[in-house]
Amino acid sequence: MSSTETRTPVAAAPKPALKINWVRLSPVLYTIGLFVIWELGARISGLPHTILPTPTRVFEAIFQYWSPIWKNSVQTLYTTVLGFLIAIVAGLGIGLFIGWSKTIYAGLYPIMVGFNAIPKVALVPILVIWFGIGTVPAVLTAFLISFFPIVVNVATGLATIEPETEDVLRALGAKKLDIMLKVGIPRSMPYFFGSLKVAITLAFVGSVVSETVASNSGLGQMMASAQSNFNVPLVFAGLLMLAVEGIAMYALMAWIEKRMTGWAHRSTMSN
Amino acid sequence: MASPLVSIENVDMRYGGPDGTLAVSGLNLKIQRGEFVAVVGPSGCGKSTLMKLTTGLHIPQSGSVVVANSQVTKPVSIVGMAFQNPTMLPWRTTLENILLPLEIVERHRHRLRAHKAEYVAKAEKLLETVGLKGFGEKFPWQLSGGMQQRANLCRALIHEPELLMLDEPFGALDAFTREELWCVIRDLHATQDVTIALVTHDLRESVFLADKVVVMSARPGRIISEHVVPFARPRQLELLYEPAFNEMVQKLHGEIATARAAA
Repeated sequence: MSSTETRTPVAAAPKPALKINWVRLSPVLYTIGLFVIWELGARISGLPHTILPTPTRVFEAIFQYWSPIWKNSVQTLYTTVLGFLIAIVAGLGIGLFIGWSKTIYAGLYPIMVGFNAIPKVALVPILVIWFGIGTVPAVLTAFLISFFPIVVNVATGLATIEPETEDVLRALGAKKLDIMLKVGIPRSMPYFFGSLKVAITLAFVGSVVSETVASNSGLGQMMASAQSNFNVPLVFAGLLMLAVEGIAMYALMAWIEKRMTGWAHRSTMSN
Repeated sequence: MASPLVSIENVDMRYGGPDGTLAVSGLNLKIQRGEFVAVVGPSGCGKSTLMKLTTGLHIPQSGSVVVANSQVTKPVSIVGMAFQNPTMLPWRTTLENILLPLEIVERHRHRLRAHKAEYVAKAEKLLETVGLKGFGEKFPWQLSGGMQQRANLCRALIHEPELLMLDEPFGALDAFTREELWCVIRDLHATQDVTIALVTHDLRESVFLADKVVVMSARPGRIISEHVVPFARPRQLELLYEPAFNEMVQKLHGEIATARAAA
């Protein structure tokens, strides 16, 4: 039977070589590389653990102190995210308000810039006077430091509506509210979601600064007290946890941005 | 003769306060219902101001603008506008972009939700008329410049405006696409019951499309002459190569050159 088979010569597909996607892999490799260099550097230089602990020593510390690290990480994540959420609500609100009219924009913008120029760490003592030490000042500092980029971006999105678009709609009898709802707000969304990536990292700065100065929980406070006990590996463990939380939240914001405003990555805003 | 759809009488329009630039002065223009008027002139002659006056986006300091028998004191919603920049909203599909005016115009916005299918059918019919059948679900950035401009025309027409105002709509397109769109406009004017005012720099475009070509002077702009275009409709693109056509274009060209020199 097999003799009746017509043997069409098919070029054997070359066996797919194990293809490594270097681009996808590179973040992992580079991170490992960084730790390896750090480990080697610390060992060769022979610096004591109280100055520069090796990564292995830091991971050991994470393992050893896992319970307080976990508790304080959750606390910091909580204050940061809460402050960040308030910043989103307030930032959107104030951004829309500022972007609404040229007069408001001109009047409030310098005030906002001046306010943003104040180092937020200088506000923590005032917040402590008002609210006592603990969670509230940390949340508020995270909020205060992170809402500015949101405001600026939302206001910019509204203020840069093409005049032709506005003319077309106004000629149809559109009110300011119509133009804002149909054009201004959707248009400012890419700016808004873009600003969230900046804002979330700033929120971590705010909450940790406040925890370091005035709190009895959170990673900032944990690192401050570890430092006073010369427990340097624990300080580094805290830094590492902050980096992990920061990366995770940034990635989340980037993902949300991509999901919500895919169109903005495909088109230029000008048409 | 019935009263004109647009009647502009002795209008002065100055930008930026009493010492600002006088954009148009002593402007007089009448547009009859169903007429196709093209406005040409040297650059900066206030052609766009003329459009904004007619649509009620600007209210003149003196003189009167009457559209559809009523004095213009606020934006008149019986017009559709299209500019050189198609200004499609990138987060909406082409079809949703075309439906946008219906969400604004008082007469339609309350009916839109309940009669969605009817309006969508109308938009699709318009898309077909301009040669974009089946492109409604595409996003504007997936369309070429010429296609976007066609969609822009659909958006300007969806609410059945009595007056369509076009401000150099084909300025940014290549010559072949532009000629295609001339024919689209020509056919729209022939089939829909609409009055069209076209502001343009392109004299051949104005003569090919319009019933009446209006020449404006340099700033401050006023109408220096009106020419009735004698060519019979429907006009074909071959007209562009006829001596009579070129003669008329040349005459207009001469007038504008004189107007420029006078400035």
